[in-house]
Amino acid sequence: MSALAYTVGDSTTMLRRNLRRLQRYPSLTLMLAGMPIVFLLLFVYVFGGQLSHGLSANLSGGRSGRAGYLNYVTPGILLVTVAAAVQGTAIVVAMDMTSGIIDRFRTMAIARSAVLTGHVLASLIQTLASIGVVLGVAVALGFRPDGGALASLAAIGLLALFAFALIWLATALGLAAKSVETASNTPMFLTFLPFLGSSFVPASSMPAGLRQFAHYQPFTPATETLRGLLTGTPIGANGIIALGWSVGIALASYLWARRLYANRRS
Amino acid sequence: MRDPRQPAVAATGVRKSFDETVVLDGVDLIVEEGTIFALLGPNGAGKTTIVRILSTLIPTDAGEVQVAGRDLVDDPDGVRASIGVTGQFSAVDELLTGRENLQLMADLNHLGRVAGRARVDELLARFDLVDTADRPVSTYSGGMRRRLDLAMTLIGSPRLIFLDEPTTGLDPRSRRQMWDDIRALAAAGVTIFLTTQYLDEADELADRIAVLDQGRIVAEGTPAELKRRIPVGHIHLRLADLSALRAAATLLEGAVPDEERLVLRVPGEGDVASLRGLLAQLDDARIPVTELSIHGPDLDDVFFAVTARPNQDKEAA
Repeated sequence: MSALAYTVGDSTTMLRRNLRRLQRYPSLTLMLAGMPIVFLLLFVYVFGGQLSHGLSANLSGGRSGRAGYLNYVTPGILLVTVAAAVQGTAIVVAMDMTSGIIDRFRTMAIARSAVLTGHVLASLIQTLASIGVVLGVAVALGFRPDGGALASLAAIGLLALFAFALIWLATALGLAAKSVETASNTPMFLTFLPFLGSSFVPASSMPAGLRQFAHYQPFTPATETLRGLLTGTPIGANGIIALGWSVGIALASYLWARRLYANRRS
Repeated sequence: MRDPRQPAVAATGVRKSFDETVVLDGVDLIVEEGTIFALLGPNGAGKTTIVRILSTLIPTDAGEVQVAGRDLVDDPDGVRASIGVTGQFSAVDELLTGRENLQLMADLNHLGRVAGRARVDELLARFDLVDTADRPVSTYSGGMRRRLDLAMTLIGSPRLIFLDEPTTGLDPRSRRQMWDDIRALAAAGVTIFLTTQYLDEADELADRIAVLDQGRIVAEGTPAELKRRIPVGHIHLRLADLSALRAAATLLEGAVPDEERLVLRVPGEGDVASLRGLLAQLDDARIPVTELSIHGPDLDDVFFAVTARPNQDKEAA
């Protein structure tokens, strides 16, 4: 077998191991997918009626009231789903790093990258499954994506790429954490970022300072692009910016995670 | 190509510090192919650090190391392909079953589907884990966990196995069983590098023993050679008060007082003649003894013999 075949083989073995672990530890997945669903219900049924009054018709897909707000908020909720799911990545990575089995892997002649690749791919599958569940709930509540098949595919692609970037970031945070408790806290800021962007209300309604922050942080272009693809709002330059952020975060986090893993000494 | 007569482990001048603390201070080791080598030392002597270095987990600060004929720095993957490591803390996946853990190792050793499955079944049977094979490891007892750990190490048939305190925390029966497993491996030609803090374990298993103390090898040899340097045992004397303890400590040669427990540890044999002599000495000095017990040689005696100080952080009298 070639080196590449070993790398692929070992990564697949690790992926299988991590998927099995997730299956044995379902409470984590349920908790992390449950949070965005609670947010969705909260924002649509508690705040939605009132918030919908501030939305222009082109932002609410031409619908009025709660249904219009559901249309507006669903893309943002999907990104909250990603942010919540990667919290699980950090926890699972830190759990692994604090157990003895990682040292066993490190004394074996296996592809160095396989341990991290296995975690990232398992998390990606888990995150996409969470997105599927949350989207299903949104559709059940009345959300209707109307961008067409190609746009829907592009939306899935963007979600996957954005998730991939945040998963690498969470992997690095999980490696950097000294304990599982720390690892469950450090990625928490990711779940707050959508609130400081255009996920729940248009950024233009925010005061100066916050508005600029909202404008330049990665969740806003991702939300705008996703909303455009799913509900037909204008995307503009946001598509390119969202791609740039995703690739940049993925690359920087990958390099950081790889270094942390290689330099582990404890 | 590697020379078959090369030792399994050859280390010279290994040094390692963590921050300011010197953990290994120039360690030399030779372990011959096909032998059981025991590294004996108290907690904190640096045993685990040596195992972590030899198994490629951490780099040295200085020194030359060859493991399985390959250089640790130039060819770490070559080393990894020849070794198996069972650490002090069990390296098993708690969420998987015993069988899944072994299958994972079979896959990572690229054994192939059929051969891998056969090897898993073989090891489950050999380590008496068949009945519990499909239960999650989190339900396993300490002894079962250690056996699974060793079975996982053996999947790839390594020629050299590191066992870091393999019996620490095990009950006497599991400990005996682990010893039998280790002997069976050695009989099959596998080189064993084990660390332990128990003299009886090293004595029982090892062809050669090295005594590690404060980051240095302070004695090395066969168990017989080492024991010749060790007094046969020691006698514990409990005294009534501190002044009696101190008086007895000055009177008796090589005695180590424990002022907290009012106990004096005197190296010596437990035979009637020497006991009578000892008691006569104490009687002549009018030092009353409240209790006396005789002990066989233990690690403390080894340390006392080779370092002339007891195996604690207290100073010898």
